[in-house]
Amino acid sequence: MMDTNAIYVLWLREMKRFTRAKSRVIGILVMPLFFLLGLGLGLGGLVSHVGGESYLQFIVPGIIGMSLMSASIASGFSVIWDREFGFLKEIMVTPNSMASIAVGRMLGGTTTAMISATMVTIVSVLVGFQIHYSIMILLAIVFMVLIAMTFISLGLILASMITDLQGFGMITNFFTMPLLFLSNGLFPLSQFPKIVQYISYFNPLGYGIDGIRGTLGGVSAFPLALDLAAMVIVVVAMASFATYAFSKSEAGV
Amino acid sequence: MDVISVKGLTKKFGTLKAVDNISFQVKENEIFGLLGPNGAGKTTTIKMLITLLTPTSGEATIAGADIRKDKRKVRDSIGVVFQDPSLDDQLTGRENLEFHAILYRMDKSKRKKKIQDVLKLVELEDKADILVKNYSGGMKRRLEIGRGLMHEPSVIFLDEPTIGLDPQTRRHMWDYIQKLNTQHKTTLILTTHYIEEADYLCGRVAFIDHGKIVALDTPNALKEKMGGDIITLKIKGDLGKDIKKLKGISWVKAVSAHDDLIELTVEKGNERISEIVMFAKKHGIAISSVDLRKPSLEDVFIKYTGKTIREEEGTWRDRLRVRHMLMTGGRR
Repeated sequence: MMDTNAIYVLWLREMKRFTRAKSRVIGILVMPLFFLLGLGLGLGGLVSHVGGESYLQFIVPGIIGMSLMSASIASGFSVIWDREFGFLKEIMVTPNSMASIAVGRMLGGTTTAMISATMVTIVSVLVGFQIHYSIMILLAIVFMVLIAMTFISLGLILASMITDLQGFGMITNFFTMPLLFLSNGLFPLSQFPKIVQYISYFNPLGYGIDGIRGTLGGVSAFPLALDLAAMVIVVVAMASFATYAFSKSEAGV
Repeated sequence: MDVISVKGLTKKFGTLKAVDNISFQVKENEIFGLLGPNGAGKTTTIKMLITLLTPTSGEATIAGADIRKDKRKVRDSIGVVFQDPSLDDQLTGRENLEFHAILYRMDKSKRKKKIQDVLKLVELEDKADILVKNYSGGMKRRLEIGRGLMHEPSVIFLDEPTIGLDPQTRRHMWDYIQKLNTQHKTTLILTTHYIEEADYLCGRVAFIDHGKIVALDTPNALKEKMGGDIITLKIKGDLGKDIKKLKGISWVKAVSAHDDLIELTVEKGNERISEIVMFAKKHGIAISSVDLRKPSLEDVFIKYTGKTIREEEGTWRDRLRVRHMLMTGGRR
């Protein structure tokens, strides 16, 4: 059962908090920008081509994917934070379903992640990233939203199981670094043994980044339809499980 | 009509029985108090009633809705003021209230009016638009109490509503709570470990100790069960011997002692003081001061549980000070 009022108000709250927490906005943006400038321009001067295109052209979709992942998982922090500071109880005693509270959080998290991804994209274009077909931006946005929803769901699942902030930080690092390295995002996996490439086929971030690469840059490893199908399946599964896990979690009483 | 009906409610955490087979009813428009020391099971009881914790056994209904089977209906009719803070301190006071109002599906015009009313009631109108993180403890507490009542629930749960507040603000809170009860016809159930709070506010009080209700009645009826007034003697010298002597007086109903104080339970205490002083002189008991008072709820609590409600917190002098403060209307 969905309560639109609860979905709306949780989204609104996330927006208000996001615009107020300047340090959070900066924190979400700094890492991708370092990667963009450091790797894209610095390393890009040494690496002449990746699969027929410039290194900057190759790495920008990876960095957009990375920024989406880190911003999205971070929204799991706010769940733990709310539990820690008792605010979750206030929400839980209201006559609204936990599922709508989970959905409201997901929408709020997606919006903030999309804001940071948009900023990263704009900076990328400014430093020389070329968008091949501007109409494809719309499809690129779909891929970005799907990446965000995947990792917000992961954040919610982890936050429903882990109750302390430090533990949450450790576990998310444990997930994010391997996912990023095995995503084809920062470097092509074609140099690696076959087994690594097989493992990477199970990495949703890889399909998402490949989708962004195909839509914005015009070059992708897989057909876009495959990328899209894989991401939709992952999001449906992860979001359902996240809603379930969040509904079953306790207010920290 | 009973708004809350609790039957055999029990909650176990492992082998610990936090709440042990308690039953009580709360009538419409009543202020009902659960009084007991920290860790007695008050908050656990509340958490079960507000559907945040599933009971191990037993049942309860709130406004006719079962707390297990009909959680949503229960949540529709209750307001809760939690013991621990539960505000979003990144939002302003007004935004916290607005958030709450939307969660309870109030439409925009009603929301606006209600927020204004609540801010006025808890005297935070001029602070409404600052972030809650800049509020003082008392302001936060007031905002939480205001929030708990703004959707006009028929039952409000207050878990230690005035914990950590200074005496003046506490007094203020009591006024709000009473106003709610009389003007809005709200049923209130509150937990407290402040004796004076229960005495001042509650129509009926349940003493709760080790998860069980040990006594339940109106404050006056509970006090009458003590059977008389209490004369407190401050003694210099050997307490043990003096107690023995005092117990020998035929009209002294009970004698108890702590620190250098002896308490006598006596009917018509005001007429007996001179006799006691004379008795003391005759038997060599060195009295340095005498105090006469009506029995307090605390005395009743000691009678039922064998201990003071907050041995670690309140001394005899503190209690006297608070009592004095109450009688003079909150001024020191």
